Amino acid sequence: MSGCSKRCKLGFVKFAQTIFKLVTGTLSKDKIEDELEMTMVCHRPEGLEQLEAQTNFTKRELQVLYRGFKNECPSGVVNEETFKQIYAQFFPHGDASTYAHYLFNAFDTTQTGSVKFEDFVTALSILLRGTVHEKLRWTFNLYDINKDGYINKEEMMDIVKAIYDMMGKYTYPVLKEDTPRQHVDVFFQKMDKNKDGIVTLDEFLESCQEDDNIMRSLQLFQNVM
Amino acid sequence: MAAGVAAWLPFARAAAIGWMPVANCPMPLAPADKSKRQDELIVLNVSGRRFQTWRTTLERYPDTLLGSTEKEFFFNEDTKEYFFDRDPEVFRCVLNFYRTGKLHYPRYECISAYDDELAFYGILPEIIGDCCYEEYKDRKRENAERLMDDNDSENNQESMPSLSFRQTMWRAFENPHTSTLALVFYYVTGFFIAVSVITNVVETVPCGTVPGSKELPCGERYSVAFFCLDTACVMIFTVEYLLRLFAAPSRYRFIRSVMSIIDVVAIMPYYIGLVMTNNEDVSGAFVTLRVFRVFRIFKFSRHSQGLRILGYTLKSCASELGFLLFSLTMAIIIFATVMFYAEKGSSASKFTSIPASFWYTIVTMTTLGYGDMVPKTIAGKIFGSICSLSGVLVIALPVPVIVSNFSRIYHQNQRADKRRAQKKARLARIRVAKTGSSNAYLHSKRNGLLNEALELTGTPEEEHMGKTASLIESQHHHLLHCLEKTTNHEFIDEQMFEQNCMESSMQNYPSTRSPSLSSHAGLTTTCCSRRSKKTTHLPNSNLPATRLRSMQELSTIHIQGSEQPSLTTSRSSLNLKADDGLRPNCKTSQITTAIISIPAPPALTPEGETRPPPASPGPNTNIPSIASNVVKVSAL
Repeated sequence: MSGCSKRCKLGFVKFAQTIFKLVTGTLSKDKIEDELEMTMVCHRPEGLEQLEAQTNFTKRELQVLYRGFKNECPSGVVNEETFKQIYAQFFPHGDASTYAHYLFNAFDTTQTGSVKFEDFVTALSILLRGTVHEKLRWTFNLYDINKDGYINKEEMMDIVKAIYDMMGKYTYPVLKEDTPRQHVDVFFQKMDKNKDGIVTLDEFLESCQEDDNIMRSLQLFQNVM
Repeated sequence: MAAGVAAWLPFARAAAIGWMPVANCPMPLAPADKSKRQDELIVLNVSGRRFQTWRTTLERYPDTLLGSTEKEFFFNEDTKEYFFDRDPEVFRCVLNFYRTGKLHYPRYECISAYDDELAFYGILPEIIGDCCYEEYKDRKRENAERLMDDNDSENNQESMPSLSFRQTMWRAFENPHTSTLALVFYYVTGFFIAVSVITNVVETVPCGTVPGSKELPCGERYSVAFFCLDTACVMIFTVEYLLRLFAAPSRYRFIRSVMSIIDVVAIMPYYIGLVMTNNEDVSGAFVTLRVFRVFRIFKFSRHSQGLRILGYTLKSCASELGFLLFSLTMAIIIFATVMFYAEKGSSASKFTSIPASFWYTIVTMTTLGYGDMVPKTIAGKIFGSICSLSGVLVIALPVPVIVSNFSRIYHQNQRADKRRAQKKARLARIRVAKTGSSNAYLHSKRNGLLNEALELTGTPEEEHMGKTASLIESQHHHLLHCLEKTTNHEFIDEQMFEQNCMESSMQNYPSTRSPSLSSHAGLTTTCCSRRSKKTTHLPNSNLPATRLRSMQELSTIHIQGSEQPSLTTSRSSLNLKADDGLRPNCKTSQITTAIISIPAPPALTPEGETRPPPASPGPNTNIPSIASNVVKVSAL
């Protein structure tokens, strides 16, 4: 019974408020648009010479890269949303957002939530023009989601699941529930030398260098620019 | 693939290095960028006006004239520029499209000239940005009407799968244009509402005298006739109300709605009259009830959009109306009090009390001025004039607000309808183009397999054959191919997927078809389990034979009733957010007799490799690094 009287009181209060608003002419307030203060962060990268010195790209290549970068992100920084959207455009079949999230964290070395052009170009320089050692180290950093220096099975599961998500639904053969898990088991068998359930950087580097396939495929994107 | 995103392709490909350690199989070769061109400025001379841009800017949209090799036809060797004998004004918009990814429609431009230019440059008008799209479509429609061109605006005939009878009825009630029966019902009810209202009105008209008594209204003179008419109308209204009640998806909500209350109020007096006896005092009340019959006129609001908008406007202007009423009340009370005390002195004043003065104040403030009550004292006259002046002000102020509200809502309503109609067509076309991009990959994959096979036989001339895709397309496809290799699964399109499901379920359950397809979640699991069961039955002897064939020929890939996705229809140049969910429904009920065999692309294996490819994907064993495509032969 107390609930009923409380409801009645609330209803009465609301009614009184409505009458008041009706009388003062403020019944239908214009919805004050929340001014999303988009912090117009306008970031300008360091000079061309500096970037050329820091990375393995030539001036022309940096120019081409920057033009593409600026076109998509006029403010000079990429945030995670834009990153995901751009990456998703390349994979129309499935859902690339999880993998893009991990990629973003790998690019965003300072964990600020936004990727500047310098970070972008540094990472690309490693991936496209770096030594095998550097590439493998970058990949290890990508897999190590919590950046603690070790890859455990859960992290690997997340990564592999994200990769499989990009395939989408219409695959042949049909994706089973435990395909990622099997894939991860295969991976761990190969990588985890001392079978302690985690993969350290050294184990990773060693195992990858033993595998010809991986070595070959790392050179695949050498001349992407 | 969209606009400036093509510039991010190097990044996407670099990021693919993240998949490499995870993959078990070798990656396909990257397409070689044979033309090692540095990015250069090209000059576009359009009727004398020179535009300059980077070559890569134009190559963002490879399926337009400027982005493809078609522009080579316009290349002028002497001046080393591309010359187009077209309108430079429109070309500005076209070039801005390449630069920014957004196509704008300039208002001063003639719509057909603009359309011609877009057609010439191979750009779909559907990608006009949101800012200009409405204007474009409006102008286009105007133009079409002017030319008496019957542009079919297709009526949205949603073929909903087997609506229940109740749902069809409800739809027929809400939207009378869905079927002829609904239209007939609509007009019949409208007619009867009109008849009912007219009879109510005519009933009270004096009809001529019956000799020996005073003049009677028609209602009493021809009471039987009117009673029959009334009965008929109420019958119709009752039936209509009951039908609506039956068909309503939520009866409780329907009962609470305004229209149903009006319906009930309109027909209750009749029934109450039937039940009521001819008791003297009660029949007085009954006569008053008949006034509610006038509410039948509100039933017209179902038939008139304008009435509904008026009602909605009044509702939305409740604030202004409330304020108006309140301020009027304030003014009335003030002036009534003043007038009463001013006229108190004069003799035989009509202003007997303050409430009596209310009538004078209202009549004066609304500038009616009946003249039945007039002030006689000088003070009264002064205050009376102040009253009428202030009345004009107080009333005139909120009214334009209400009027403008009405106008805004009315136009908004019109525009909303327009936009709704346009949106569907537009989204459909954009969706088609988007699936074109994913289909482009599948199509080129099938073509590409042929190329790879030929490449390995070492005929360099044939490498260039069939390379209709631009470099960016081939790089994108290579990226998708790498993803396939990483996960050991292939992309297929929706129809093939459903076919596979169908076939696998057909194989093992020939008798019962539909139950296994009903639940979608169960579908994938049944599919996969059946798939693994089936493939283990493949005799090993089958495999080498097909593998041998793979080098020489491609077996036909039979796709039932699919469109022919050509590379040129991949209008993939749309800057869209990838948020279309592929909505699958494995509901195909046709049996297919397809023989599908996908030859294994022998990417890096030497000739004469005799190890058979594994029968099922993702096994627990470490697959040796060779081609691992499953060869599936299914025959029904």
